Amino acid sequence: MWLYEKKLQYPINITKPDARSAQIILTQYGGPDGELGASMRYLSQRYTMPYKEPTAILSDIGTEELAHLEMVSTIVHQLTRNLSLEEIQESGFAPYFVDHTVGIWPQAASGTPFSSATFQSTGDPIADLNEDMAAEQKARVTYDNILRLIDNPEVIDPIRFLREREIVHYQRFGEALRKVQDHLDEKNFYAINPGFDLNPHQGK
Amino acid sequence: MAMTEQQNMMRRLQVQSFALDDIRLYLDTHPDDQNAMAYYHKYLHLREQTVAEYVKRFGPLNSLQVESDSRWTWVDEPWPWEGSV
Repeated sequence: MWLYEKKLQYPINITKPDARSAQIILTQYGGPDGELGASMRYLSQRYTMPYKEPTAILSDIGTEELAHLEMVSTIVHQLTRNLSLEEIQESGFAPYFVDHTVGIWPQAASGTPFSSATFQSTGDPIADLNEDMAAEQKARVTYDNILRLIDNPEVIDPIRFLREREIVHYQRFGEALRKVQDHLDEKNFYAINPGFDLNPHQGK
Repeated sequence: MAMTEQQNMMRRLQVQSFALDDIRLYLDTHPDDQNAMAYYHKYLHLREQTVAEYVKRFGPLNSLQVESDSRWTWVDEPWPWEGSV
């Protein structure tokens, strides 16, 4: 069960609208390596994780990603809330505007709608955690590319925070993978799928 | 099968928490309703007592309730989807 807390994980106060930046940053809401996919990936994978520390990591990072979803949405909202129609016309924001006005909707920067096809839940802890590490790196690259494209310090600051969290999450997932491997046959980590072939409450 | 003490206390916590989940929605659309506010405070108080006892006996419900000074008991099982509590 979750309980919503009325606060951002990191402060965001953007005073100048910028539709072009908003459309780019929106990709970290609903794009292929965005925070919505990240959260759903980890929170979906945890049910077949048989070991406690990696289960805690999937739950806690999946939960933090929900907070990042809120941060990305907040950035996009603050970048679009005071837009003039002129700015919407000139910035290339009109195709989004016609469907959503300045509402928040999960899509990639390219306009592709959010899809769960952007992530996996394989039911295999080694495969899932390797996907999670790759996902954090892909999100880090996306934030790096966002930082190449924007110049407003009010936007750069929270984006840098989000980028740093990707690196921390990558590190923690690596440790979680090592924890999983500690439970397995060191001569052949792939001899069984511990998410399917054993029940930790009955075995050992 | 008889319920364990942990299961009994969890049921009480779920009942009290759900009362708050439900009145939260009602209060969102009726923020000045005096009866609803009294109901909220009554269940909030009951839930706080249950949470304090549950956490003390069975471990944290959220990661800001770890009482141990020496061990991160947050990682300890069971997780809610395991079905034992």
